[in-house]
Amino acid sequence: MGAVPPFSIGTDRLKRGFARMQQGGVIMDVTTPEQATLAEEAGAVAVMALERIPADIRAAGGVARMADPNRVRSIMAAVTVPVMAKCRIGHTAEARILESLGVDMVDESEVLTPADPFFHVAKRDFTVPFVCGARNLGEALRRIEEGAAMIRTKGEPGTGNVVEAVRHLRQMNQEIAALETMTPEELGVYAEKERVPVERVREVQVLKRLPVINFAAGGIATPADASLCRLLGADGIFVGSGIFKSANPRETARAIVEASMHHTDWTRLSRVSSGLGEAMKGLEISTLAPDQLLQVRE
Amino acid sequence: MTEPDRAPVGVLALQGDVPEHAAAVAALVGAKRVRSVLEPADLSGLGALLLPGGESTTLSRLLDESGLRDPLIGAGRGGLPLLGTCAGIILLARELEPSPGGKDPLPLGLLSVRVRRNDYGRQAESFEAPIPFPDLPGGPFPGAFIRAPRILSVAPPARVLAELKGHPVAVREGSVWGLTFHPELSGDLRLHRLFLASAGLLP
Repeated sequence: MGAVPPFSIGTDRLKRGFARMQQGGVIMDVTTPEQATLAEEAGAVAVMALERIPADIRAAGGVARMADPNRVRSIMAAVTVPVMAKCRIGHTAEARILESLGVDMVDESEVLTPADPFFHVAKRDFTVPFVCGARNLGEALRRIEEGAAMIRTKGEPGTGNVVEAVRHLRQMNQEIAALETMTPEELGVYAEKERVPVERVREVQVLKRLPVINFAAGGIATPADASLCRLLGADGIFVGSGIFKSANPRETARAIVEASMHHTDWTRLSRVSSGLGEAMKGLEISTLAPDQLLQVRE
Repeated sequence: MTEPDRAPVGVLALQGDVPEHAAAVAALVGAKRVRSVLEPADLSGLGALLLPGGESTTLSRLLDESGLRDPLIGAGRGGLPLLGTCAGIILLARELEPSPGGKDPLPLGLLSVRVRRNDYGRQAESFEAPIPFPDLPGGPFPGAFIRAPRILSVAPPARVLAELKGHPVAVREGSVWGLTFHPELSGDLRLHRLFLASAGLLP
């Protein structure tokens, strides 16, 4: 043979492919190596290394930033599953720091305080893949256009209330379904309104889904919540506060993993839902002041 | 008795890039012959089974919880053709080189290879490269290696089908095939076709 094959890294196929390997799985927020180990043992497909879980970010107030690199490193050393970490929206420097630490995916996240009022991170310039939140199809396509390799619903993080994640999944499904009957002219108008190239919209019309994996996130607290989101088409689940704010994190983590995998097996779901103790307390969305809503950050 | 060439083709559907494998198989044998395998009963009458990429620790745990581990070992030993990609080859392996920390999945022991997980590095080191494939008509195969395992050694009767830079990346032992890369992401159906043809499932 002889010739050394050309070699490439950081391609769309590798970034989106990495996300595809997570399908059906549960990605868990962790703040310590011990929590990361518990998550891995429970069957998490990846962990999200954070300074604080969203419920505590909400309680603490102030500016929420990227985690301390030492914390991220210690979590990376504790587990063999992929490790993700969050940067602030538009904070290219935090994203570069996380990339240099070797995290497997960066979440450009509204859970942290946005850093750039004008732009998101130019994610195509990176080797590390990104996941971004979206409430609707237009938002998802803008993030994909910027280079996101994976989308998740925003939900309303740190509330333990699944209603916003459900809203965002349904919104996405309705908008994708509505594309089906659109004429080329209507697609053009839609693309212009959503500020995305029309090719992106056409791709979704053909695929009848996003071209990247879409997980549910923001308020998932129980195995039944995970099942509900999967029924609505989520490719997998992020659980933030729902595990380590529950009475029994180990059992809750395992149960949510099984629920995501076997999301229509009701006998199994009733078994894994039994005797978990109290789920995280949760917040009614209407009790949040407008400036306490994290999902509106774009 | 099931007519061998019309038998369903299973995709282990616990976790991972199941839809991509299912789409590749559907393109070759038709969507009606693709079966999701989630529990032991799903194995009956299968002509072949694909083990997709995913997280091997998660998959191993779910194999136990779904009661699939022993039936799968039995089926593999009984001659069910198996194709494992990435995490799939980790599950099929006879032996895993321990990871630092020592928390590795328990493999099924159906393919005589020793494998080390994530041995090419983390996601930043994931790469694409054309793989020279002597038995495959049509030239090198587009390889996508994502946090890929490395095959450290191959023992007979397993034999190497392809190597990249001196390391085996595709191995076959009878009807059990293991790849460290992801043909299901490449849009190139040649390896799925070769596997299904060797299992007698294609005309």
